[in-house]
Amino acid sequence: MKSGSKLEKVFAAGEFAVTAELGPPQNANAEAVKKKAQYCLGNVDGANITDNQTAIVRMSSIAAAAIAISCGVEPVVQMVCRDRNRIAMQSDILGAAALGVKNLLCLSGDHQKFGNHPESANVFDLDSVQLIAMVKKMRDEKQFLSGDPIKEHEPRLFIGAVENPFADPFEFRVPRLAKKIAAGADFIQTQCVFDVEKFARWMKLVADEGLHEKVYIMAGLTPVRSHRALRYMKTEVAGMSIPDELIKRMEGVEDKDKEAREEEGIKICLEMIEQVRNIEGVAGIHLMPIGWESITPVICERAGLLPRPKV
Amino acid sequence: MIVADRKPIEEILNSIKDYERIMLAGCGGCVTICFSGGAKAVELLASQIKMAREKEGRPIEIIECTPERQCEYEFIDELKEQLASGPATGVDAVLSIACGVGVQAMNERHPDTITLPGLNTKFMGYPIEHAVWDERCAGCGDCVLEWTGGLCPIARCAKKLLNGPCGGSADGKCEVDKDTDCVWQLIYDRLKKLGKLDNLKVVRKPKDWRTSTNAGQRRTKFEEAML
Repeated sequence: MKSGSKLEKVFAAGEFAVTAELGPPQNANAEAVKKKAQYCLGNVDGANITDNQTAIVRMSSIAAAAIAISCGVEPVVQMVCRDRNRIAMQSDILGAAALGVKNLLCLSGDHQKFGNHPESANVFDLDSVQLIAMVKKMRDEKQFLSGDPIKEHEPRLFIGAVENPFADPFEFRVPRLAKKIAAGADFIQTQCVFDVEKFARWMKLVADEGLHEKVYIMAGLTPVRSHRALRYMKTEVAGMSIPDELIKRMEGVEDKDKEAREEEGIKICLEMIEQVRNIEGVAGIHLMPIGWESITPVICERAGLLPRPKV
Repeated sequence: MIVADRKPIEEILNSIKDYERIMLAGCGGCVTICFSGGAKAVELLASQIKMAREKEGRPIEIIECTPERQCEYEFIDELKEQLASGPATGVDAVLSIACGVGVQAMNERHPDTITLPGLNTKFMGYPIEHAVWDERCAGCGDCVLEWTGGLCPIARCAKKLLNGPCGGSADGKCEVDKDTDCVWQLIYDRLKKLGKLDNLKVVRKPKDWRTSTNAGQRRTKFEEAML
């Protein structure tokens, strides 16, 4: 075992893994984290604690992860390259591991332009591939990036990375994934899949390269409650592929009550889970119910993903 | 070349509000080429300032000049007499419409007179069409153009990525600004054309930023030419 995390054990046991996003609050309220942790408890193998996602200031992902651990939920701490240099990142990696964190997801990070402090300086001392390599070096070579030894208690982390199969250049997305694997990624979570056909095409390329045998790939899925959310993502978020049929389908329930609209969103998500499960090389799903975390247990239950394996 | 924009006129007027006699110094170098600081720009800005001050009932006297380059001692030392202190011949301040290098050279060589900036210095780049300039070099001190197909990801990627595009590259454009090409798309296309896509398979190590601005002011020497 590289980290001994629950997520790593679930994969090692050959089980279909499930993670879900847990966004920290824009305040210092520990109860808000605990409440969201309850949606994850027993329903997922790991809860992704986002790191100031979309560059909006939120509670530290490592602090929120410690609260999640206190609730019995295993966190997947997200770490972006936008806000910290290599010194601060390594320091936070040691701190996270000391608090019991066993999974770390390495990302470049959304540009600060999209957040609530667009006038801030960004860092990007490292990029996501270099961050992955640094975490692996700390874990496997017991060395800091500088080469200085970590004499004892090196951070034992299961290393995650992300990939967006829908961004451009499409032909470079698989080589880029290969780079992340070469750098040391143990598992991959993808950008939200709405366009299953394009995702399947990408997975085929991944499988052709044999990459699915080197790394565990989790398909990212986002349940939505309205056609407006889909439209927003289609037009405003770069690197998203949203089929028009999906938008039409959600438009079709626009006049119905809230419950019916939500039910349609859940149904779409359940269908997608079924579809991605049947694609070769997909080892799990990662749920990103943006602002709708309470739906995580419902989706896990109705998708037949419960109970989660005891590992 | 160094590209600079003129500061807003209100900001310029405010910076010289206490003065009655100034020198407006342009530069015959880069900023002449990008229209913000050459002899023509000096003439235009001088008349704008004079008009504004006359309207306020506080006329200002402006000595106009455009040395060949403000960033070299030999060209700005010539201004010494015109800057001589004293109400009869001297000026209260210099307004420079050179880049930040020129403004600092003026302050260094003429320490008795304050030189104020009239431009915002922006980047090193070149015109991509008439009157439009794009950034091309960030002066990082450790050039990577050898393996990127001659396109710089340090100057042209909003995240300075070295291992390929982020997830926000779409239809050849950068997510941060839809009018800006994603440099990683350009790098990919160029290397593909050159048959060098293998360059992108290498995991590029973290950059050593000591050669950039992170170690403080940089200095370079050309030993062979030293006296």
